Amino acid sequence: MTTFPLERIRADFPILQEKIRNKPLVYLDNAASCQKPNAVIDSISHFYRHDYANIHRGVHTLSVRATDKFESARAKVREFINAASTKEIIFVRGATEAVNLIAQTFGKANIKAGDEIVITAMEHHSNIVPWQMLCQETGAVLKVAPMNVQGELIYPEFEALLNTKTKLVAVVHMSNALGTINPVKKMIAAAHSKNISVMLDGAQAIPHVSVDVQDLDCDFYVFSGHKLYGPSGIGVMYGKKALLEAMPPYQGGGDMIKTVSFEKSTYAGLPHKFEAGTPSIADVVGLGAAIDYLNEIGMANIAAYEAELLAYATQQAKQIKGLMIIGEAEDKGAILSFVLDKIHPHDIGTMLDSLGIAIRAGHHCAMPVMDFYGVPATARASFAMYNTKQEIDVLMDGIKSLIKVFG
Amino acid sequence: MFEDLRDLYQEVIFDHNRNPRNFRVMADADRQVEGFNPLCGDRLTLFLKMDGDKITDASFQGSGCAISTASVSLMTEIIKGKTETEADALFKTFHEMTTGKDEHINLEAVGKLAVLAGVREYPARVKCATLAWHTLDAALKNQHQAVSTE
Ligand SMILES: Cc1ncc(COP(=O)(O)O)c(C=O)c1O
Repeated sequence: MTTFPLERIRADFPILQEKIRNKPLVYLDNAASCQKPNAVIDSISHFYRHDYANIHRGVHTLSVRATDKFESARAKVREFINAASTKEIIFVRGATEAVNLIAQTFGKANIKAGDEIVITAMEHHSNIVPWQMLCQETGAVLKVAPMNVQGELIYPEFEALLNTKTKLVAVVHMSNALGTINPVKKMIAAAHSKNISVMLDGAQAIPHVSVDVQDLDCDFYVFSGHKLYGPSGIGVMYGKKALLEAMPPYQGGGDMIKTVSFEKSTYAGLPHKFEAGTPSIADVVGLGAAIDYLNEIGMANIAAYEAELLAYATQQAKQIKGLMIIGEAEDKGAILSFVLDKIHPHDIGTMLDSLGIAIRAGHHCAMPVMDFYGVPATARASFAMYNTKQEIDVLMDGIKSLIKVFG
Repeated sequence: MFEDLRDLYQEVIFDHNRNPRNFRVMADADRQVEGFNPLCGDRLTLFLKMDGDKITDASFQGSGCAISTASVSLMTEIIKGKTETEADALFKTFHEMTTGKDEHINLEAVGKLAVLAGVREYPARVKCATLAWHTLDAALKNQHQAVSTE
C-alpha cells in the first residue's frame, strides 16, 4: 500500500485524539458503529446554523434550501449504490427499521400461510425477529440455510431450500459476528430463476464493499448511516421501483399523502409514500457528507487497505497460543472474532479497555451464531479505514498480557 | 500492565475463577434454579440442600466470566450453614455493596465477598457479580422459573 492517505484520514477523525483511561484510544468496535470525520460533524453543524427548516412544506427560502440539501443527499445515496432512480431511495432510521418496513409492507402483501422465507444461519437478530413476527402473524414458515465451521454459507443447501413456496430470501451481505461475505450475486440469480425476491442486509457490507444494486440485481438493500461514518438515527431502504409502487405504505401521516379527507386519503408517489412525518433532516445531510468523504478516498482503496489490516491481524492472532478465531471464511471483511481458552470475552473486554482498546464482547446480536460455535460470546475486533497496524500490535500485546495475568 | 484493574480483578477472583469451589451437580438438591444473563450469555444453575430453613449444602454449574464465576463460587462457600434469613440479609448487603448506593457498607459483614466491591466502579460488570445472588434470592423464595438479569 503506497498511496493510502492514512495520516490524513486519522487527522480527519477528531475522536481518535481522545485518551481512554490515560491511554491513546484504539477504537476497534467499528462493526458496532464507526466514528465520524470532521466533514460529517461540520456538515450537520453548518446545516443547523445556516440551512435548517422543515422540508417539502414551506414556500419560504429556508425551507426550499433545506429541501434541496436533503434531496441532494438522496441523490448521493443513489449514486453511491448505483440505484436506477432517487425514487428507490427511502430514508428510514436504520437497517432495523428497513427490515421491519419490508416485513410489514412487502411481507404482508405477498406472504401468506404456508409460504416460506429463507434466511441464513449467520443473520443479525434484526434480520431474524421481524420475519419471525411476520411468520407468526401470517402462518408463513422461516427456513434457515446452514453454514459450515468456517462460517461460510453451504451454498447447495441454500439453493435446495428455494422452491415454489419461497416468497423471499433475506440474507446478510456481510456477517457482523463472523465477517463472512456471502456470495450474494449468485444467490440472487438462483432466487430470481425461481421468481423469488431477495433482500440484502447491507449494514456491515456498506462501509467495506463497493455496492452496485443494479449489478447485484437485489430487490431490496438496507443499511444504517452510523456504520458508514455517518450519523446514527438514519438509514436507507433501497427497493426496486416496481416493487415499491406495488407495496402498501408503512406508516401513515404527513408527507406521505397526496390528498386527505375523512373518507379517504391518497398516497404520495415514491419515495415520499414511505417517509411519513418529519425525518431526521440534518442526519440525512450528514450521511450525504459521509458519502462525499468516502468517494474522495475511494471505496476500492478502502477495501484494499482494510484487507491488508485483516490479513495482518489474522496472521498475528494465529501466533497467540490459546486464541481461536471464530469465522474463517474465504471471502471475509475486516472483522476478527475470537475466543481465548478459559478466558471469558467480558473479561477480555474489560482488560483491553483498561489499555484504551475498545472491542466488542458479547453475542453481537447473533445468538444463533454463538450457539452454532458452542460459545456464550466472542470478543470481536472490527477494523475501519482509520485503523493502523500499530494499533493491531497494541491489541495483540494486550491479549498476550491478559493471558499471562489469567495464567 | 493492568494496574488500573487491581481493585476489580483481585487475586482471590483469579483463584476462584481457576478453581471454582462447589462446582458440581447436586443430584439430591432440594432447590435448583437457573440464572441467565442474556447480555453476556452467562448461565448458571444453583443447587441447595436444605435442612428446615438452614442451607446445609450449596453447589453450582455453568459458565461465565471471571467475575461471575468467582462471585457464585464465593457465594456457595459463604451461605453453607446459614439460615434463609441470614442468607437473605447477605444478599441485601451484597447488593448494596456492588450497586454502591451506600458508601458505609460494613465490609466485615460480607467477609471474603468484599473482594467484589470493586465492580461498583464498573457499571457494565455489576450484573456479572450479582447474577449468583439474584439466583439465590429466587431459590430462597422457592421460585422455580429461570432468573434473568434483564
Ligand atoms: C448485519 C447487521 N444487520 C443489521 C444491523 C442493525 O443495524 P441498526 O442497529 O443500525 O439498525 C446490524 C447492526 O449491528 C448488523 O451488523
